[in-house]
Amino acid sequence: MTASTATAAGGYAFAYLDDQTKRMIRRAILKAIAIPGHQVPFAARDMPMPYGWGTGGIQVTAAILGPADVLKVIDQGADDTTNAVSIRKFFKTTANVAVTTRTTEATVIQTRHRIPETPLGPGQILVYQVPIPEPLRFLEPRETETRVMHALADYGLMHVKLYEDIATHGRIAKTYAYPVKVEGRYVMDPSPTPKFDNPKMHLSPALQLFGAGREKRIYALPPFTHVVSLDFEDHPFEPTRFDAPCALCGATGVYLDEVVTDDAGGRMFVCSDTDHCETRRAEGHHGTEWAGEATEATA
Amino acid sequence: MTDTLSTPLLSAENLGRDYGARIGCRDVAFDLFEGEVLAIVGESGSGKSTLLNLLSGQLAPTAGRVAYRMRDGATRDLGSLSEAERRFLFRTDWGFVHQDATRGLRMGVSAGGNVGERLMAVGERHYGRIRAAAEDWLGRVEIDTTRIDEKPTAYSGGMRQRLQIARNLVTAPRLVFMDEPTGGLDVSVQARLLDLVRGLVADLGLAVIVVTHDLAVARLLSHRTMVMKDGRVIEQGLTDRVLDDPREAYTQLLVSSILQP
Repeated sequence: MTASTATAAGGYAFAYLDDQTKRMIRRAILKAIAIPGHQVPFAARDMPMPYGWGTGGIQVTAAILGPADVLKVIDQGADDTTNAVSIRKFFKTTANVAVTTRTTEATVIQTRHRIPETPLGPGQILVYQVPIPEPLRFLEPRETETRVMHALADYGLMHVKLYEDIATHGRIAKTYAYPVKVEGRYVMDPSPTPKFDNPKMHLSPALQLFGAGREKRIYALPPFTHVVSLDFEDHPFEPTRFDAPCALCGATGVYLDEVVTDDAGGRMFVCSDTDHCETRRAEGHHGTEWAGEATEATA
Repeated sequence: MTDTLSTPLLSAENLGRDYGARIGCRDVAFDLFEGEVLAIVGESGSGKSTLLNLLSGQLAPTAGRVAYRMRDGATRDLGSLSEAERRFLFRTDWGFVHQDATRGLRMGVSAGGNVGERLMAVGERHYGRIRAAAEDWLGRVEIDTTRIDEKPTAYSGGMRQRLQIARNLVTAPRLVFMDEPTGGLDVSVQARLLDLVRGLVADLGLAVIVVTHDLAVARLLSHRTMVMKDGRVIEQGLTDRVLDDPREAYTQLLVSSILQP
């Protein structure tokens, strides 16, 4: 995080945002880190992309990016989808920083709705794009009221939602944006990551920053923060489990995407984290649908 | 025990609220003891609802104060409570039964969730126990427990009102405010509801402040009655005395307006 006086291509300020905006966002980030899980309002700027495409995440990334950083961008775990490719290209142009698809090499990872499978280490920063930062939004429509509820830690309503799930479906049916309690105080929406990823937030050595552009909120989890998924004593939180391993790399215990392969109902389950899958395949692992290109290429 | 008998649960001193130049209510003073039922009667616009909102701390008085004896035995001025304490009081030691059940219930949440909400708000985190408490309370207010997962939108007016009562009583409050609890219900449903409330009040030793324009409700439920007119209490005393031997001209008018079938 060095001072951003250098200019990049096209006369843009380094990493697109001007210095005053970055200062404002960094202040919000520092406050958010000081109060884990608390939503800090900030004056979100218009970005050269529509709301819902990661304007919050981009502003956070732009504010923390330094020339020595290595950036990775993922969209639903994949490095090669439109959103990830364009954001990576955006920062390559405006900040001229090194970009990578390797989780281990990156210092800043901007993500849409996944946490990489490779455990993050100290010094890495994970930036989430958040559409709706308020976990109580669909339970209590008034913003004034939700603020008071956060201030007084009045979170009974959140459990009413979970109660309703069990009464209707026999279990807590929420599978993404699963609410968590941070350091025993604030209830936080982990952005629409699958609940599979919730345990990864707990005591993570990486800094986690959450940016919501349209809602103009920033919140954060400093390294080694206690993050506990809400549940009932007799209906404890359970991360999603998968029956089969990844069809390409054979990995188990990872989050899988369903891919339809033909018109006859054929399908396979593959890693949602493309970097993790590719790394494993390069190491020689393989699943049922992929015998190993490396051997064919060398043959 | 002597303490709870000698110190009032709630007491109003010189209580008043003005809306600019208009009078909401003025110079209200009374003591309410544990297990006592007080009816506030009067016509529309006589300041009944203003008074109820003052007593329940939802409206700040422009004169006087309301003191309440908390569960720890300390008597506190409602105006000095923080927002957090006030909310805590509201979901533990107090109940509020609205005339319009849609204001007192969460219409998008099942009956069980409605009853369990207060338990979850004070930290209950065991689904089975919450569910059991909800079933128990639905049974006590005579709602078929097989309808526990239905939303209140599927309930009749009388059932909604009974559900509202169950939702309020689940944390064993000591004081319940009721604002026209039988308003808008037909007479047979009213009778059943009053019977139920009377039983619960007697069983649980609840203190109740019930606002009503229906003298029959005051007669059936309350020990004491306060008559309001133009924002002032014009007469108060034992219910039977007030209704059988009214002193003020207005009370006499009120009592004589009841149709004798």
